[in-house]
Amino acid sequence: MSVKITHWPGTSLSSADFAEGRVLTVRGGVKAEYAWDAGVAIGRYLEELKRGRLVARRCDGCRRVLVPPRMFCEECFRPTDAWVRLADTGTVQTFSISYVRWDMVRLTEPEIPAVIAIDGASPGYGILHLLGEVDPKEVRVGMRVKAVWKDPAERRGAITDIRYWAPIREGG
Amino acid sequence: MGKVAVVGAGMTRFVRRAQETGKELSYLAARMALDSCGLTLKDVDAVVVGSAPDAFDGVHMKGEYLADGSGGWQKPTLRCFVGGATGVFAPIVGWYHVASGQFDTVLVVCEEKMSSCHPHPQGAFLTIFDHTTERALGPNLLWIFALEMNRYMTVHGITKEEIALVAVKNKKNALDHPCAHLGSEITVDDVLNSEVMAWPVNRLDVSPASDGAAAIVMCSERVAKRVSDRPVWVEGVGWHLDTAYWTNRDLYYPRYVEYAARMAYDMAGIKEPRKEINIVEPYDPFDYKELHHLEGLLFCKPGEAAKLTVDGVTARDGDLPVCPSGGLLGVGNPIAAAGLMKVCELFWQLRGEAGRRQVPGQPRRGLAQAWGDLMQVGTVVILGI
Repeated sequence: MSVKITHWPGTSLSSADFAEGRVLTVRGGVKAEYAWDAGVAIGRYLEELKRGRLVARRCDGCRRVLVPPRMFCEECFRPTDAWVRLADTGTVQTFSISYVRWDMVRLTEPEIPAVIAIDGASPGYGILHLLGEVDPKEVRVGMRVKAVWKDPAERRGAITDIRYWAPIREGG
Repeated sequence: MGKVAVVGAGMTRFVRRAQETGKELSYLAARMALDSCGLTLKDVDAVVVGSAPDAFDGVHMKGEYLADGSGGWQKPTLRCFVGGATGVFAPIVGWYHVASGQFDTVLVVCEEKMSSCHPHPQGAFLTIFDHTTERALGPNLLWIFALEMNRYMTVHGITKEEIALVAVKNKKNALDHPCAHLGSEITVDDVLNSEVMAWPVNRLDVSPASDGAAAIVMCSERVAKRVSDRPVWVEGVGWHLDTAYWTNRDLYYPRYVEYAARMAYDMAGIKEPRKEINIVEPYDPFDYKELHHLEGLLFCKPGEAAKLTVDGVTARDGDLPVCPSGGLLGVGNPIAAAGLMKVCELFWQLRGEAGRRQVPGQPRRGLAQAWGDLMQVGTVVILGI
């Protein structure tokens, strides 16, 4: 009973409480490392990235072309049917200009994450990646972009085998 | 299905860092909820605990960890978890515990202590991204909000100024909440001039990470009529899970919220939510999310929620008060506790006990909604008196 309650519990601590030793804490960490299997669909996706190619899976049930690829269609709940080669070009669906790292440490040079709809996949079906070779002020939703690949010798079969996506310039 | 009532509610203050442990916070909220309706733990048949990822606390199986503070030892106790949507999912679980006829009285307790995780609880969110196709890109949680907000703004032509009005409204509303972490009087310019975190998200577009707990007591019609002079009834519940391939769907619209809302409206017999619901507490961890969710909840057409805010419709004394509590932006965001705080707010508002936060006109029906996981879970509870 909000109006009938006069005391609300919970004690707020300030940094001075810690600096002056008024409260005690114990610090510790969790050491946990994992080796994640890429799996059947993403395993092949990574192999193709190493070759400088993007691939999807097609489902003949719903006729979707799925990227990232999966071996089963989660909507039809049946196996997907075939591998499909995609272009390494696409359209920016949305983007951000990020000045913070995962641990909230600030960046001077922003990163530009984007959802990029890949040409050849179902409309609007995209992946998360980064944009590069572009002034952050110039980025627009709807911008056409192309993958910039690492040199073949540097590719490891990872999403980072694409360095970033750069705008497709007029006549370029 | 039996009728289910909420008969008691309680919460702790939401603070940046609480001296109390998670168990202690849970106890304080749970005890307050029981005291508010004159019940004791002996009257409780079952306990539902809601809490977000174990990684925040660095404690494995947090449901068990929090169970004693939640009154759950020596009872049928269950922890539920659907990410950020947990705080409104826990009362749904409480509802079916009672509606099934299996239990008469259920204590629902939600807790979150975000401050334990260093250097920042954001680090605990990293594992929500796909380990193979996304994490190698160095994502942070702000990215997905920024990407969604930009898509929402671009599709509808909504400005940051319009969106900032939500932060202004909610932080001001929170000045009247005795438990609020971040109630304040700010301007649209304050929001726009605050630090750019991940454009279009500025610091004041975001709710704070907080510690806190909230609790409610739910019971069958038979018990409710005995213990409460003003039971608040659960009229509708809904929940829905969309695809985790979040880069395959158009982020401008929260389909999962619409489907959850339609389930709850069907159950409550609501045809026109805008006319039939008097108070809305949508999930507002970011200011644009309040607008996004109001659209998913079908209170207006997609793209029109900003106008409702600009026109003052969603002010506490407006035609459709939205987040009269102050929301996550103002009261704070201890994840699961923040969702249940919204249900507590409806309970107090519908009983006319919200004090300085009371919305005028004797509201009869309210809706609380939360959202979570990888932007894909919607949970909705409708309460009425």
